[in-house]
Formats: sequence, C-alpha cells, structure tokens
Amino acid sequence: MSSSGFAETIVGRGNREGADLFREWFEELGRAAAEERGAAYVFVMGSLAELLRTFDFPIVFPEINSLQTAVRRVAHEYLDEAEDYGYSPDICGYVKADVAVQLRRGDHPMGRVPRPAIAVNTNACNTYIKWAEIWERMYGTPTFTLDVPGTREAGGQTWPGDPSFENDRKYVAAQLLELIELCEKVSGVEFDIDRLRENMRYANRMSLGWQRVLELNRSRPAAFNALTDGTIYLGVANALRGTEQGARYFDELAEEMEYKASAGLGTLSEELYRLIFVGVPCYPLFRRFNEMFTEPGGTFVNSTYLWFASGGSNLGFQYDLEHPLDSLAEGLLVSVRDAMDSMFFQTRILSDMVSDYEADGVVYHPIKSCRTVSTGLADSRRDLMESRDVATLFIESDMMDRRVVSEAQLKNRVDAFFEGLASRRQRAAIG
Amino acid sequence: MNPPTGGIDLFPEWRGKPLDGVLYECRELLEDEEYPTVSRWRQTGGRVLGHFQVYFPEEIAHAAGLLPYKVRGAPVDAVHADSRFGSYLCSILKTSLEIALSGRVELDMFVTHPICDAARNLAAIFGRNFDYPCQILYLPQNANSPHAAAYLRDEYDRLRRKIEEVAGVRVSDDDLRDSLAVYNENRRLLRDLYAIKRETPWTISADEAYVLVAVGGMIRREEHNALLRAVLPEIVDRPARRQDKIRVVYEGGFCEQPPLDLIRSIGRSCYVVDDDLLIGLRWILEDVPTAGDPLLNLATAYLESSSYSPVQHDLRKPKEKMLLERIRDSDAKAAIITAAKMCEPGLEEQVAYIQTMEREDIPYFVSEFEENMTGFDGLEIQLETFLENILFD
Repeated sequence: MSSSGFAETIVGRGNREGADLFREWFEELGRAAAEERGAAYVFVMGSLAELLRTFDFPIVFPEINSLQTAVRRVAHEYLDEAEDYGYSPDICGYVKADVAVQLRRGDHPMGRVPRPAIAVNTNACNTYIKWAEIWERMYGTPTFTLDVPGTREAGGQTWPGDPSFENDRKYVAAQLLELIELCEKVSGVEFDIDRLRENMRYANRMSLGWQRVLELNRSRPAAFNALTDGTIYLGVANALRGTEQGARYFDELAEEMEYKASAGLGTLSEELYRLIFVGVPCYPLFRRFNEMFTEPGGTFVNSTYLWFASGGSNLGFQYDLEHPLDSLAEGLLVSVRDAMDSMFFQTRILSDMVSDYEADGVVYHPIKSCRTVSTGLADSRRDLMESRDVATLFIESDMMDRRVVSEAQLKNRVDAFFEGLASRRQRAAIG
Repeated sequence: MNPPTGGIDLFPEWRGKPLDGVLYECRELLEDEEYPTVSRWRQTGGRVLGHFQVYFPEEIAHAAGLLPYKVRGAPVDAVHADSRFGSYLCSILKTSLEIALSGRVELDMFVTHPICDAARNLAAIFGRNFDYPCQILYLPQNANSPHAAAYLRDEYDRLRRKIEEVAGVRVSDDDLRDSLAVYNENRRLLRDLYAIKRETPWTISADEAYVLVAVGGMIRREEHNALLRAVLPEIVDRPARRQDKIRVVYEGGFCEQPPLDLIRSIGRSCYVVDDDLLIGLRWILEDVPTAGDPLLNLATAYLESSSYSPVQHDLRKPKEKMLLERIRDSDAKAAIITAAKMCEPGLEEQVAYIQTMEREDIPYFVSEFEENMTGFDGLEIQLETFLENILFD
C-alpha cells in the first residue's frame, strides 16, 4: 500500500471502527433483550466487566445509555417521564433517563436494553448506589456495592506495601469473593479463573493502549480531540473492556495516533490554543459545544473525563495474571481511586497536565446533574490559578437537561475566554 | 501537652435554671452565630475536630481529649464560601465552609464522609483552604459484607492514629472504653427523650426536643449528659394538657437541618412523635460493649445496631420499610416527608417513601426546605390544611 493509501486507511480509523463496534455492542444488547436474557448493570468507574463476562452476562452501562439519549436529542422526553413518575428536576439526569428506559421496558433510541439480572456498582459515585436501589425496588434485582475506599486526604495516596493500602486491599479482595458467589448464583455459571485470566489479559492490553493514546496527544498539533474523539474511544474502553475486540481496537488506535503524531497530523488544520477540559461534556449540545472552542482554533488535548470515565485505565495498570484475584483487587483499588482522585484531589493532576500537554487554558464545566464531579470545581479552579499562571474558563450547564443549557450564554463566555487567550499571547510576545 | 478534660463547662448558662429556662438557653446557644462553646474550649487550650454530617465515631476524638464538633451548616450567608462552589448545590455545604472561613469556628481537624457526591468533596475543599488535616472517613458502603466490620475497625484505627497526631496524646483502649461509657449514657438519655416524645408528646414540643438533642453536637458529652439528666425528669413532670393533634413522623432531616422556626411551626400543628433530625447523634441504637476491642465494638455497632438514613445502603434496611416501622412504632397517623433543596439522596428517597405511603394508605405531606429559608406562612397553611383533612376524614 502506498504511503498516502496507508494514511487514508489509518487516519480516522479509530472513530470509524469505534462507532461500528459501539453499534454492534448495542445490537448484541438488543438480541439479549429479545431473548429475555438478564444483563449485568454496571458503571464506568469500576465496571468489573472482565469478571462479569466470565459469567456470560451481557454488560449494560446505564450511564452510556442515558448520555446517548442526550446526544440523540431526545433526553428531555425521558427526563419528563421520570419527573412525572416522581423524580425531582434536581437529581442526576442519567438516573432519570434510565428510569424512563425501564418504564418503557427497555425501549431506547439505539434499540432495546435488556433488564437487569444483577447490578454491580462501586462507591466511586454515591449516585451509583442510589441508582441500583431503584432496580432493587423495580425488579427485586440483586445488587452488589463493591466498596473501594478512596484516598483519605490530598497527597495521602497509598500504594501496595503501605499498611493502609493493604487493609483496603484485604477488604476489596474479600468482597470480590462474595461477588463471585453471587454471580454464580444469579447466572448459574460456575466461576472459571482461566476465563478471568484471559479477560484480564485483554484488559491489560487495553489499558496499555489507552495510556499510550493519551500520552501521544502531547504532540503538537494534538492528534485527537479529547472531548469529541475521546468520547468515542471511551465508549469502546467501557463497552468492550475485557474482550479481544477491545484490546485490538486500542492496539490499533495507538498505532493511528503514533502515525498522526509522527506525521504532524492534527485534529485541527490550525491549532492555535491547547485546552484541557475538566468535568463532563455538554451532551445536549455536544457538537455545537465543541465547535465553540474549535472555531477560534482551540483543541482539547486532554480531560479529567478521559481519566475517571475510563475507570482508571489511563494508568495503564497491568494485572498480574499469575495471581488474578489478588491482582484484580489491587487493580480496582488503584484504578478506582485514581478515578476518584481526578475528581476530588485534582489540582496537582491538572497542574501536571498543563505542563505535560503544554496547555494554554483549562475549561471547567460543572454540571447540574453530577455533584461528584462538579462540587469542588470552583475551588479547584481558584487553587490552580493561585499556583500557576494559566487561563481558565468556568461555565455551567448539564450533561442531560437542555433546560439549563443556554447556548447563547455559553458562546458569550467562550468568546470572551478566547479574547483573553489572544490578549495573553500578545502580551507574552511583547514581553 | 495535656488536653483539657471533660470537667470544663462549655455551656454553663443552663445550670440552675428551670426547664423553660434551660430550653431557652439551648435555643440561644443553637442560634448563636459565634459558636461560643468552640471558642471557650479553645481558650482553655483545647483542640477541636469538626465532623460533617451524618455519623461520626465521636468517641475516638473524645478519648483523645478533643472537642468533637458536629459541622451541620448554619443559617448564615455564605459570604466567603459562595465563590468556592458552583450552582445546584445544597446550602449546608456552603455554610459549613462559611463558618470556618469566616473564623467563627476554628478547627484543628476536619472529617467528612462519603455520604453523598457533594459531601465527599468537602475534604478536598477544606484541605485547599486550611492547613489542618482534612480527611474523608470511609465508612463502609457495603454494609452487608461480612468483612465490613473488620475493615471499619482498621479504618477507625487509622483515624485514631491521625487524631493522636492532632491531639498530641496517645489514645489507649482504656481511654476508648471510658469514652464509650460516656456515649452509651448519652445514647440512653437520648432514647429516653425520644420515648417521651412518642408517649407524651404534649410534654415536649418538636423544637424543644430538637434543641436538647442539637446542643449535644456542640459541647462535651459529659456536659450534655448532665443537662439531659437534669431536664428529662422535669419534662416527665411538666404540667401540660393533651391536645387533639395528629401524631406525625418527620422524615428528611438526616443531613441539612430545617430552620428551627420551621420545626416550631410544624410542632404547633401536630405532634412530631418521631423523626430523623440529626440522626447521626442517635445512629447507634444500643449500648456499645466496653469489654473487648473497643474499636471493633464501635465498628460493629455502626453496622449491626444502627438506625437508617438515605445515605446508607443496607439490604437489611430498605428505607421505605424502615420508615414504615418508624411510623408504626410511634403510632403515628401521618408522615411529613421533606428533603433539603438540591439534596440528591433525600430527593431520590422521596419517591420510594411516597409510593410506600400510597400503598399503605398513610397520609403524607411532601415538602422541600433550606436551612436559610425564613418565610413559612405558605407551608404552615398547607400543612394545617393537610392535617385538618386527616382530622375530618
């Protein structure tokens, strides 16, 4: 193949194949629903997909289902239905969209979602726990909260060997055995440690690939847009975790990004400003929101979303396949903690990101729906600005609810932010 | 340093007063925006551990000679704290930071818990604003794991070591046992107070019972015990006429607290025979054994002998079933189901509560509140109409 032919094949492959894989995954869910097979309902921060797949559960991510209703611009219909059912306008929009999906017997804009046979959640987000209670009440679904103790204070991260880490690992490992017993009971499938080992091997490849893809976006110009392209990659990272397809996808995605970085191919024809995104995307205006930044030459080179919503894959953690259960406990502890740290104790992380990715600005986007991510952002911004000279923007909207998304107001703020960036650059040029 | 002992009176104003005088002083203390018990404690050289809602094992701080101070927001304007938060958040987060940023309450350590998505952020936010240790105490969220108690015991031990650093003293198991005994007495006295509310609610109004409980989070428990020991017999003997009021359970006060005037308004219309106000102070339902490993005993009690709230998931305690029990055990005829504005766990729980009340044909009144709200006229009229409908049904 000629070099131009190779370029045509490889550039954009991650987006094309990611969308295809995601669609296929959803079609598989539709088949499971048609066959009345119960699914494992899980969440992106600590999905345990590598374990749950050994019991042949179809894996459903209600968060992903919900955001798809917003991207497809029908979230308001689902939110209205859940609010009519009794849920407050002031709670998480993801929860409400899922309630409406359940009330509609799984009917979703992308197809049909199977009912939950089991719900498994970590405590990375408290709303996960409240959400699972809804399925308990609706269906009597067995739920399992896998408790992953997080970092206790800023700078207090612990690692293997530390007594506090080992206490926590012991607790997580014990819970994994309890979960396995429950999964066997619900699925009727006996636990097979070799299947787990195989799935963990795929997860290892995926984590390495994801870490490499993130690193490669340090290139100038950035090889991909962390907000838009990154969300496609995240979809695959979650939906296909612990599968050969998922592992291969990230091998190839890393290859694509290596090529783009070495060839100097950017996501924008002229990258003027490199930005970091903090928070959750504005899905009701997904494309337009991004354009507000790309039109004046801004590219999102990284985001905290790509960390916490990948369930910690960004660390590239490698399971020890000789000791799968112990290693799964350790991996969960390390990766789910990291996801939580990127939301709660993020100042140092962001400061490092600004340096590593040579960012010109940080865009904070707290949203009504998610207090886990949003509560500390104003203070985190203040803290970052005290510690280093970087431009920041603070804009509020939502990931689901278009009633609190004002495009005109957002645009005004974004425009002013870019004027500030331009002015900073001029001042720097003058010296 | 030798920390001050429990012999110091942080709240001497109530002593020697008749019942009405004690209640008056408790109200004054609760509404005093300068938080005098904290400053008095500090003036004696004492150190203060502030812990956010809902439950905190105060015994560990108490054993180290610290003043455990219950951080539960305040009806103040968030002048300094507002810029540290975005929109769509409950008030208690902001005002809890405000009382610290404004210097009203000076702490030596702050602890929050993963009770909700917003509150777990507080350790990071406090930590960015203050130099003292600001931590998350990871109470177990898998209450049904057979390993939860052992985990929590170790987590309490970790907390003990941190508290020792702050207090500058070692905390022995015997110190902990002494504190368990003090708190066991406090729990017994609070249970007695709630028994009075249930059995003779005409002798103590909702707001009076509330202030008697609430001051416990502001003073040493030895002093709170002395106060309760003094007033409980007086409440029992209080000459009061039984009125034809509906018996209700109030639900929704587990974290952010409704304004005292709102509780008073509710109490004017009905008898509040049970509630979840400041449930963290009453979380453990029985005496914690003092023999054996005190931290394991405290951890086990948290899981096995405890109340319920929307922020703890326990398969043995579905919240709607627990609310039904609370209603039946207190012979209540109706429920007032509230949630603080923007309180996600409270608002989510309302749906299950309402469906259960419908199914069980129990009259209920639904409302939202905010700690800073000042006008209750509309709410009072709605509540009275609701109660009249029950009376004349």
